[in-house]
Amino acid sequence: MVKSVSTEGLEELAAAIESAVPQLFEEIEVGAGGLIVTTDRRRIVELLTFLRDDQNTQMKQLIDVTAVDFPQRIERFEVVYLLLSLRLNERMTVKLMTDEDSPVPSVAGVFPSAIWAEREVWDLFGVFFSDHPDLRRILTDYGFEGHPLRKDFPLTGHVEVRYDEEQKRVVYEPVKLVQEFRSFDFESPWEGMLHLPGDEKAGDPESKGQS
Amino acid sequence: MAEAQIKPLTLNFGPQHPAAHGVLRLVLEMDGEIIERADPHIGLLHRGTEKLIEYKTYLQAVPYFDRLDYVSPMNQEHAFALGVERLLGLEVPPRGQYIRMLYAEMGRLLNHILNIATFALDVGAMTPILWGFEEREKMMEFYERACGARLHAAYFRPGGVHQDLPAGLLEDIWEFCESFPKMIEDYDNLLSDNRIFRQRTVDIGGFSAEEALAWGFSGVMLRSAGLAWDLRRSQPYERYDEIDFKVPVGKNGDCFERYLIRMEEMRQSVSIMKQCIEKMPDGPVTVENNKIAPPKRGEMKRSMEALIHHFKLYTEGYHVPPGECYAAVEAPKGEFGVYLVSDGSNRPYRCKIRAPGFFHLAAMDHLCKGHMLADSVAILGAMDIVFGEVDR
Repeated sequence: MVKSVSTEGLEELAAAIESAVPQLFEEIEVGAGGLIVTTDRRRIVELLTFLRDDQNTQMKQLIDVTAVDFPQRIERFEVVYLLLSLRLNERMTVKLMTDEDSPVPSVAGVFPSAIWAEREVWDLFGVFFSDHPDLRRILTDYGFEGHPLRKDFPLTGHVEVRYDEEQKRVVYEPVKLVQEFRSFDFESPWEGMLHLPGDEKAGDPESKGQS
Repeated sequence: MAEAQIKPLTLNFGPQHPAAHGVLRLVLEMDGEIIERADPHIGLLHRGTEKLIEYKTYLQAVPYFDRLDYVSPMNQEHAFALGVERLLGLEVPPRGQYIRMLYAEMGRLLNHILNIATFALDVGAMTPILWGFEEREKMMEFYERACGARLHAAYFRPGGVHQDLPAGLLEDIWEFCESFPKMIEDYDNLLSDNRIFRQRTVDIGGFSAEEALAWGFSGVMLRSAGLAWDLRRSQPYERYDEIDFKVPVGKNGDCFERYLIRMEEMRQSVSIMKQCIEKMPDGPVTVENNKIAPPKRGEMKRSMEALIHHFKLYTEGYHVPPGECYAAVEAPKGEFGVYLVSDGSNRPYRCKIRAPGFFHLAAMDHLCKGHMLADSVAILGAMDIVFGEVDR
């Protein structure tokens, strides 16, 4: 149910953060997605320590760390920290950008719940966390290669396993599909899609309207 | 003679041990019978749910949530449905909300029965699991009558629930609510004062409120440490603010208290279910917007427009406006959340599933350190781990 959620508390919280540590973040906004703070990856540890310890924020719980992959951006990964304050009964989101090569300082020292959450982000996205106590893969198979939640990783994966009766063990083989992988595009050509496939000659409908 | 340094023994526990609750592989470093380090290896049940959801429409993503925590399937769907509704700005009609609450609480009963039963089995009591499954079977019949499936319901859909309850079902659920507390009493008689059960659980796996917060615990784990936090109460969704229920809270955070909290939550859930049946209003169960919810089968036989809507919904699905949101529910195991990112198309751009069990298991090393080997089984049992949701 969508109740008209009052954003008063969140705006107060945003004002408190803005006045206390303006140097620790780049952008702060209260919107439909709640309170979102965007920061630089070099300042994340400092920012989360402040959010945890300050009297006006008291974000004592790190609910989750996750990432979103935007391959078209220069810094393609958006790392997302979801925080919860039990005392204020508010949630907030902290975001930062990074790419494949730049490490993000680990916040495991601030919130131990980040240890596994960051391992998962490393495993599935390949975002490297520096100073992490135990950065191993977590969800994928032993000896797995690649980072499956990246947008350029195929849904079918690269290897498949089966039990080999002759060798009496499980063997890994490249994926063989009996039928080519099909990703159906059901988007309506009238609403969502601006370019009809096979109709390239018609040109861009918008520019046509202008000429 | 100088005392020889004894190398710690490394013990492999699972992944096919019955007390590992599925496919947990636990590598234990032991000093005699004392655990020095516990290293859980998870991911043996990883199915790439989040990746698969990115390739499905919003409606096609719903059944994946049943397969996360397969002990209480509808509670998972609930979080996803709430998230999509928030992005779409939908309001579910009251009857839909009450049906959701009724079935969410039934999910809590399903989960707690199974957890207490398997927990008791882990520490040596055989009987509860036999009794528990009988009650679970009755509730699965209610699941079946509402949605046609015993386990993988796909019943809570964005916009409401799939279909209205058949005639007579509410009366039968009421009857069940009348008889069910008898089983809770039986459990109580069997376990609460049982000497063996108490010896295995009291003062085992305790933690403070600060530790619980730092490790990201939620649900029963958080409440057992003395924090009165329940999302149904503190951040009410659906109509939980109109329902009268109590939130049981523990003190020491040991395994026995977690058992007691689950027992009390079952009693509260039965009371919530009764209140839902009493207050159940008439009316539609889903939003009456055919761009989101499919038209009735009867309508499709007569109306061309209904037929087009049906076709479009089950091929293209609906487009969700760009944005992001985090929606969480109080699932039986703790805070189950879904972080959705939409790019305006008919598929989620990213759907991160926040499983409570994942964070509970992450603290396994912290909780087991210094305990005996046999205690690790009790700690694991009282954590309520289901690998469907931990491994996703």
